[in-house]
Amino acid sequence: MKILVCISHVPDTTSKINFTDDNTQFDTNGVQFVINPNDEFGLTRAMWFKEKQNASVDVVTVGGAEVEPTLRKALAIGADQAIRVDTPAVDGYAVAKELADVVKNGGYDLVIAGRESIDYNGGMVPGMVAAMTGSSFVNTCISLEIDGDTATATREIDGGKETVKASLPLVIGGQKGLVEESDLRIPNMRGIMMARKKPLDVKAPVGASTETSTVSFEKPAPKGEVTLVDADNLDKLIDLLHNEAKAI
Amino acid sequence: MSVLVYTESENGAFKKTAYEVASYAKGIADMLGTDVAAISFNATDAGELGTYGVSKLHNVKEAKLDKFNAGAYADAIAQAAKAEDAKVIVISSSADSKYLGSLLSVHLDAGYVSNVVALPSSADPFTVKRSVFTNKAFSNTQISTDRKLVGLSKNAYGLKENPTDCTVVDFAPSFNDDDFKVEVQSVDKATDKVTIADAEVVVSAGRGMKGPENWAMIEELADVLGAATACSKPVSDMGWRPHGEHVGQTGKPVASNLYIAIGISGAIQHLAGINSSKVKVVINTDPEAPFFKAADYGVVGDAFEVVPALIEKLKAFKAANA
Ligand SMILES: Cc1cc2nc3c(=O)[nH]c(=O)nc-3n(C[C@H](O)[C@H](O)[C@H](O)COP(=O)(O)OP(=O)(O)OC[C@H]3O[C@@H](n4cnc5c(N)ncnc54)[C@H](O)[C@@H]3O)c2cc1C
Repeated sequence: MKILVCISHVPDTTSKINFTDDNTQFDTNGVQFVINPNDEFGLTRAMWFKEKQNASVDVVTVGGAEVEPTLRKALAIGADQAIRVDTPAVDGYAVAKELADVVKNGGYDLVIAGRESIDYNGGMVPGMVAAMTGSSFVNTCISLEIDGDTATATREIDGGKETVKASLPLVIGGQKGLVEESDLRIPNMRGIMMARKKPLDVKAPVGASTETSTVSFEKPAPKGEVTLVDADNLDKLIDLLHNEAKAI
Repeated sequence: MSVLVYTESENGAFKKTAYEVASYAKGIADMLGTDVAAISFNATDAGELGTYGVSKLHNVKEAKLDKFNAGAYADAIAQAAKAEDAKVIVISSSADSKYLGSLLSVHLDAGYVSNVVALPSSADPFTVKRSVFTNKAFSNTQISTDRKLVGLSKNAYGLKENPTDCTVVDFAPSFNDDDFKVEVQSVDKATDKVTIADAEVVVSAGRGMKGPENWAMIEELADVLGAATACSKPVSDMGWRPHGEHVGQTGKPVASNLYIAIGISGAIQHLAGINSSKVKVVINTDPEAPFFKAADYGVVGDAFEVVPALIEKLKAFKAANA
């Protein structure tokens, strides 16, 4: 089985979000970039398929040279080879188009992407790749088993979960649950050394057009002060919630 | 030409998101000088759609589609969009609608923007505001395609009445085998509980609760308020609560009217998931807990004393206001 894990290179979860150039560019100053958390769960699940079912695992990112440390980290965790599509990731559609091309040319049976990336949160790329490649698609996937060319997956739905069967080729939008948090892998010294020798293929983009563009960014209006209520005076809290906030 | 909206229903009845997206679509239709048409699957009647500005409902009656099916739903919505010659299609940002949204976008060659929080600031060029960086910022995004697909964030626009006569027509799209490539085997859903996604009120608790055995009072508080229960990430990582209750950047987003956080410190990753809740209340022993900076109301105190007292006071309040 050939697996492709789509890796999004995102600001780490503690990053302060700021903008430059008259609020048109994300300010990367001092920002640490990481593997998108949803993709990390997927990558670890892919490692499981590699070890238990002898799958091969490639990772791919659409982006400039600055994303390579993130790809190297995925290689250090155990991916066999990495692909970087050499173009900035400007909109979900264009990214999906580039990824779909990699999927078609690579003949992958399973594409694991994250439910969403934690920067733009669009949640569009996995489904678009599925539609563009004619693959089955399961979103918000929290467990995945493959037997021959059939997948059994569980996905999170509002208020519960649902188990589905789907034929390969399959694209999933994965998230926490695909593997336990405690099973997430941290690259060790040996992995890091080996990653240096693994192939990182830089591929020319197909040059997809975009469908959307950011005109400007804004930050939420600053919040007012908290109103503190004495623990011995909870009637006051109820009064505020009822009369001031109109929340109960 | 109309604005087409996909209105979610369950067991034949419309969900609140249906009225929300209808209200929003009406706002866009007014900007464009046109009407709102809706599409739904196995709705038993038009419900309140007319109240919220929908003048025509394309109802797909198909037993196979009783359970949500992203592939088939997307195919049908695309056909309805073409039948209506809709230039703007509006869906919710619920988990189901997000699932089908990306498929629909490709079927229609429609530029797609999800998590939209307001009416377009301009119809031409079509520009909408969406939340990004897990609610830490907004992006004003232009869609350049001829057809546009907008995913509206929950609770962002609210319900706006625009009484209209709504006619229901049967809509019979054609399906192909590919639409049914993903087959539902079983659904495991607690039907009697309010879900985090739909809840108006969410009662959430963190590591400050010390252990899963102390959740009875959290559930009781939620019961009194008709709320859903939620938790911080470590709580679900330790298995005190199910994964589906974990709120935050890597968990579920919450857009409730009221969010009560008990024994949660307010780490940036947790706050990211609750920024779009309207009113936030924090109960924490530590007056320096970062959550107090994000909250509207706060009680510095021990949850094991404050929560039981709050439950009693709320019960009395409910009884007096019944
Ligand atoms: C990549 C990544 C992603 C993450 N994503 C998320 C996410 O999506 N959601 C999330 O929640 N976290 C997330 N986190 C974790 C986050 O950083 C915090 O560790 C977590 O939110 C803390 O949970 P907590 O507030 O329950 O626990 P703690 O930080 O331990 O805080 C417990 C709080 O309870 C208070 N307390 C203790 N006893 C009492 C009492 N008797 N009564 C009242 N208050 C009391 C304490 O004062 C303290 O403020 C993520 C972390 C990383 C690295």
